[in-house]
Amino acid sequence: MSDSPSPLIPIPRGPLPAIPPPPERRLVRIAIDGQAVSVPEGATLLEAARGIGIDTPTLCYLENLTPVNVCRVCVVELEGSRTLVPACSRKVEPGMSIHTDSERVRLSRRLVLELLASSVDLSAAPAAQAYLERYAAHPERFGPAASTAAQPVKIDNSLYVRDYGKCILCYKCVEACGVDAQNTFAIAVAGRGFEAHISTEYGVPLPESACVYCGNCIGVCPTGALMFKSEFDMRQARVWDESSQTQTDTICPYCGVGCTLTVHAQDGRIVKVTSPLDQPVTNGHLCIKGRFGWQFVETITSDTSPPTPRVAP
Amino acid sequence: MDLRLGAEQPTEEERSAVDGEVGSGERHRLLPVLHALQSRIGWISPGAVNHVAARLMIPPAEVFGVASFYGMFSLEPRPARAAQVCDDIACLIQGAAPQHPHVGCLGLCDRWGQPPALHAGRLLYRVGKADPASLRDYIRHAGYKALAKALEMGPDSVIREVLASKLLGRGGAAFPAGKKWQAVRASASPTRYVVCNADESEPGTFKDRVVMEGDPFAVIESMTIAGFAIGAECGYLYVRGEYPLAAERLTHAIHEARAHGVLGGNILGRGLSFDIELRRGAGAYICGEETALFNSIEGYRGEPRNKPPYPTEAGLFGQPTLVNNVETLINVPGIVLDGGAAYAAIGTAYSTGTKLYCLSGHVARSGVYEAVFGATLRELIEMAGGVAGSGRLQAVLLGGAAGAFVSPQELDTPLTFEGTRAIGASLGSAVVMLFDDTVDLKKILLRIAAFFREESCGQCVPCRIGTVRQEELLDRGGQDAIPILREVGQAMRDASICGLGQTASSAIESALNRGLLHE
Repeated sequence: MSDSPSPLIPIPRGPLPAIPPPPERRLVRIAIDGQAVSVPEGATLLEAARGIGIDTPTLCYLENLTPVNVCRVCVVELEGSRTLVPACSRKVEPGMSIHTDSERVRLSRRLVLELLASSVDLSAAPAAQAYLERYAAHPERFGPAASTAAQPVKIDNSLYVRDYGKCILCYKCVEACGVDAQNTFAIAVAGRGFEAHISTEYGVPLPESACVYCGNCIGVCPTGALMFKSEFDMRQARVWDESSQTQTDTICPYCGVGCTLTVHAQDGRIVKVTSPLDQPVTNGHLCIKGRFGWQFVETITSDTSPPTPRVAP
Repeated sequence: MDLRLGAEQPTEEERSAVDGEVGSGERHRLLPVLHALQSRIGWISPGAVNHVAARLMIPPAEVFGVASFYGMFSLEPRPARAAQVCDDIACLIQGAAPQHPHVGCLGLCDRWGQPPALHAGRLLYRVGKADPASLRDYIRHAGYKALAKALEMGPDSVIREVLASKLLGRGGAAFPAGKKWQAVRASASPTRYVVCNADESEPGTFKDRVVMEGDPFAVIESMTIAGFAIGAECGYLYVRGEYPLAAERLTHAIHEARAHGVLGGNILGRGLSFDIELRRGAGAYICGEETALFNSIEGYRGEPRNKPPYPTEAGLFGQPTLVNNVETLINVPGIVLDGGAAYAAIGTAYSTGTKLYCLSGHVARSGVYEAVFGATLRELIEMAGGVAGSGRLQAVLLGGAAGAFVSPQELDTPLTFEGTRAIGASLGSAVVMLFDDTVDLKKILLRIAAFFREESCGQCVPCRIGTVRQEELLDRGGQDAIPILREVGQAMRDASICGLGQTASSAIESALNRGLLHE
């Protein structure tokens, strides 16, 4: 290439303009449980509380999705506010004084958990189980006749199942299917009130919908309502054993993007694939190949002997 | 957007219904398009959804999600005409049979017995006197004087007068109207909106319907003044879906006003530009919540947004928006004409002006009554001819399903924002529904609980499941259910996203607090 300047690109004379330094994020002073803290402007109350080691429960919140603040388990008491406010989405404002463990906060959190546990099957949601214990929730007090979301599991494809009897309607799958990750829009919230549910148009089976089987909805589901078919089958057969599973990070072999995969294996066999949320390439999201395309690992051996897939420990 | 559509094709009739309403082809046309399908075809079919999705570029799952949100849309075949028999509380005590599913209050509670009563003051003086279809008649009855004066005064003076009037919002929250106007006016954004909340859906409420049906031009003129004052060129008038006559008369009024140069471009020859688009709701109480109303207009599910940001900062289409209820807005022409100070001299120091009340239930003459703030509940009931039914009053529901029951011992409470607050009640949507001593109040409470369960949008946990548990606990009854009921109530009040969940336990708790619920 010639050194002479292109006639199309004007070359500025004199020193090149300096790149301005990034704007400094101003600090906002607030009080959390009586403790004065300074947090960057634009931070949420959740970030501020976590910053000083206060463990705030969340169910519908996830770092890689837009907060929808619908589960209300993260509510905190803000002085001067008539109602409690959701920590996950409320931004800090100068002079705020919040309480994260007051009587009012504990009551609302306990009730949210009791309401959920009395209507939804949380058996595959360890985080929710821990919260129920932490807040001494007694969902059974609503009585045996309490309405529930119980319904048959939807199995309409070979890759994943949808068990909406476990769905807490956190909107995460809709976000991951939509603008927050996949932009496929195969599912949306339909109906209203207690009848609100996640659905394709007219509830058509996934193969008839816009679903591309990226599985990002499974990746964000907090309750096991969306589950790999492999995991579902093993749980049905009562052989699913997370304590004996290994998790191995590797790079997806399919294309040049280089997504980090976490391969979950049990007894030397791959049982599911995820991606770390803090991984800058994926933000936890994958495509159908990375998420589901691992069967080739198991088909390299002959049909007559049991498969011996090679997975690093 | 790369849409994947189902295989079903629309019929010619469906295609024509959709194409006639698509307009700009943007998402905010979704609700009018769905209305066109429902009214012409009788239901919204998969083929129609595919066509809507393609024309508006909305994924079919989302079209379905929006359509299934509204009570007036059917996603399976049903006759184009379906009779609705109200079985809400005002009709229940008159002997209406419970429907399955329930039919929510249709806002016709003033039709029991005799012709509806109307007690008019400064707000309602044209209703029943001026022809609601005639702009000429409206002008003959002092119409458009206020807009002409406002144009002389200039926007800042108009807002000064609204502030001086101490007008408080009539939608239930009693927020100072002038402060909203001022905040939107002061916004840096060049695009602003006026939204008139005419989605009156609180059970037992019908005053805005009476205004819209009887004096539609007053709503249009008031919105135009608001648009001029805050610097908006576009207004949305969101009318409850169950009010077809109001929508028809307002639509006619908008056309008349445009044709006579008092709406649209170059209003009154003064270069002012302001136009109004009427939107019909589709059977969702929650859409009366201002941010749910924005989502509904924009073509999304009518789910409330978290606040902040408030509408004055980021409202409709993310722009600064002035939202006022019908009754709030029609106070403005009088304020402009007489001045804010004169208006503030009416009523009490805090609650200024006059108020429209909806009297129904066991009252001698049900209807809309306009009274100066400060009249007591007893005086209002006497204006309406006293207690009907057995003649022995058991309780009054004040403010609607989201309001409170008050006992016969509290009838001397002055009807002001501060007076009702002092007894742990609120004016709410100004429902005054009387129950004689023959009414089984538990049935009424159960119907109110069912109302909230059916009208919860389902977005947040406390309201979605809390309203279900509230109804179950109330039905179960017994002393052990009460403490749980109260805790559910507190969680709904404290942790719900919007006013619906926050007030869903209000009437039930008020009955418990006053010992009106006998097990």
